[in-house]
Amino acid sequence: MQEWNNETVVEIFPAIWDGFLVVLQVTLVAGIIAVLLGLLVAIGERSGPPWLKRVLSGFFQFIRNTPLLVQVLFVWTATSLYINPEWTAFAVGSAVLGVHYASYTSESYRAGIEAIPKGQWEAATALSLPTHRVWGAIILPQMLRRSTAAVANWVIAMFKEVPTLFAIGVLEMIAQAQKYQGQNYTGVVEGYTIAGILFLAASYPVAVAARRLENRLAKSHF
Amino acid sequence: MPSPTSNEPIIRFDRVNKSFGDLNVLNGLSFDIAPAERVTLIGPSGSGKTTILRLLMTLEHITPVKHPEENGGVMWVEGEPFSHMDKGGKLVVANERHLRQARQKIGMVFQQFNLFPNMTVMRNVTEAQVHTLKRSKDEAAAKAKELLDLVGLSDKVDNYPSQLSGGQQQRVAIARALAMDPDILLLDEVTSALDPELVADVLGVLRDVASSTNITMLIVTHEMGFARDVSDRIMMFDKGVIVEEGAPEAMFGDPREERTQDFLRAVRSE
Amino acid sequence: MDFQAVIDSLPRYAEPLLVTIQVTVASAALALLVAFALGLMTSSKHLVVRTPARVVVEFFRGSSVVVQLFWFAIAMPVILGIQFDYAIAAAIIALALNYGSYSSEVVRSAIASVPKGQLEACTALNFTPIQRMRLVILPQAWPEMIPSLCSFAIMLLKASALVSLISVTDITRMATLIGGQGGGVNQLPHLALILVIYFVLAWLIWNGMRALERKAKRGVGIDAKLPKNRAIDAPAAAAGGGGAA
Repeated sequence: MQEWNNETVVEIFPAIWDGFLVVLQVTLVAGIIAVLLGLLVAIGERSGPPWLKRVLSGFFQFIRNTPLLVQVLFVWTATSLYINPEWTAFAVGSAVLGVHYASYTSESYRAGIEAIPKGQWEAATALSLPTHRVWGAIILPQMLRRSTAAVANWVIAMFKEVPTLFAIGVLEMIAQAQKYQGQNYTGVVEGYTIAGILFLAASYPVAVAARRLENRLAKSHF
Repeated sequence: MPSPTSNEPIIRFDRVNKSFGDLNVLNGLSFDIAPAERVTLIGPSGSGKTTILRLLMTLEHITPVKHPEENGGVMWVEGEPFSHMDKGGKLVVANERHLRQARQKIGMVFQQFNLFPNMTVMRNVTEAQVHTLKRSKDEAAAKAKELLDLVGLSDKVDNYPSQLSGGQQQRVAIARALAMDPDILLLDEVTSALDPELVADVLGVLRDVASSTNITMLIVTHEMGFARDVSDRIMMFDKGVIVEEGAPEAMFGDPREERTQDFLRAVRSE
Repeated sequence: MDFQAVIDSLPRYAEPLLVTIQVTVASAALALLVAFALGLMTSSKHLVVRTPARVVVEFFRGSSVVVQLFWFAIAMPVILGIQFDYAIAAAIIALALNYGSYSSEVVRSAIASVPKGQLEACTALNFTPIQRMRLVILPQAWPEMIPSLCSFAIMLLKASALVSLISVTDITRMATLIGGQGGGVNQLPHLALILVIYFVLAWLIWNGMRALERKAKRGVGIDAKLPKNRAIDAPAAAAGGGGAA
């Protein structure tokens, strides 16, 4: 039975901190994927050809309704066996996480598009604007304002799910704690606790900022 | 039940103040209402008339003043302090328990009906009888049937509010309020949310109630014909003070104050 | 890939499937309790009731469910001296507290969305605060909560896969165990198999919730075929639009 040890806290902290930095890096990469891919999917589901709509909605529905952990294991196994064993767990994990959360952000974008009054589309048609102008000049600016806060919340949620990637060996905080434990026969208790506190310390201010943003956007005259 | 011959007012506003933040809605307002009296409050929007009803229903609370024994700022109902309670000879602002006790005598019908959408018409009328008056289910149901008959909706007992027209909903709301046997009934713009063709039914029901009971009524309405027919007294409000009051014939026929004349002209031209 | 091997191994998934279902159902039931307790508390007008609930909600929402799971299963027994007999109990509690905290916001906002006029009618009819909650607010708020609670139930199903990381043998762990034999070359079809199982389970939850929602809406006199939002506002809509609904 292990016991809480303050010296271990001091010793393990740098390792957990390294893990935290890895979490931030994954969040950055996966976040960019989730934000951009989600947008493309939402646009594709709205104005793509029927077959594309069906493929996209089927694929992302499946992604949204199955566990991230299993998806990560699946893709990691597939790439290392059949595609390229050189690809790192960091790259594969970030990609899977980004695609997983794109399935959520695309829903938020879609809600933003659906909230745009029908008259806006009709006006665009009446002016015979080309499709890219309709999106670029009319739909996207209105939709982004409506979806930004929701998308930001998904990125925060994603940030908190990064530790799942330790299952494929990404050296985030849990993996760091276990590595330390492996070498020193102690440290997981302190390591998990520090990890939890770091998450709280990082995500609370971001969540508050997102809420502010949400309120500000709600008040803007758009 | 108050008797119409009693001299004591059933409602007394004694120098009542009400402000919302910086906005003074009522500034030392005083008036008396006699038992069984029907009083209509008229005046432009923002004149404080709805606030008076909401204060009586305890949906809003008065803005207290210091030393209410000398300075007033107190509402009285049936001779008892209403907004305040007696604590060793001193008046202190009422707590929730006192208000609960006090507001039993008062019923209200709202502009937006506020029927409970999760209950059938029958349950809307029986629920409070059973839960707050502790009547038996049978007793409550019998009372509800009687009242729903009075408002002409005995065939709708099993419907939900969403299946009724606005006028029908408002008539259920009237039955619901009457089921509690209030001494005082507050009617807050009860026809304002209705389509014109549905107004007459609701007013007809209220005329019946007025002529067949001796419930004291405080009415806020823009229906001047109805006000003239059922009221004993009209009070014209502007900016939280009584501009003019009197019998309906005098008030509608020959108002003295310019503000009353302007208001009535504006209402009639609508 | 050897599909015959996967088919032959299907019976071995029976027990782990029960574990997955058990973790999901137990933590969902517990999460619902947590959600209502915290949601009612954060709806309170009393600061002494609201503040502690707010702190709990922010605490569990602010941190990572993965870390919480590990913390409850491994760190908490050490720090607080509470020993769970099974890792599965720790997992259920961690998942329930986390998703219960998220769902409490659903409960709170559904309660807050009950129109003010309903509360005023309760005052006019002299309901006690408890009667008001039981007879008027919750019956109206409940149908509004169901779609969001359904989303959280599916997230909970997905999160249940994390218990495999603390050595609970659910279908995810079984897939890695069977598939991992022989250097992992057989893992892919097993992982594909359980992805499909999860998808089917999610579909079942979704359909169950849809049926529940239809039933709940009938209970407030709303035809489920009507557009599902705004239905509670039907009286106001009828007032503005002038006809029976």
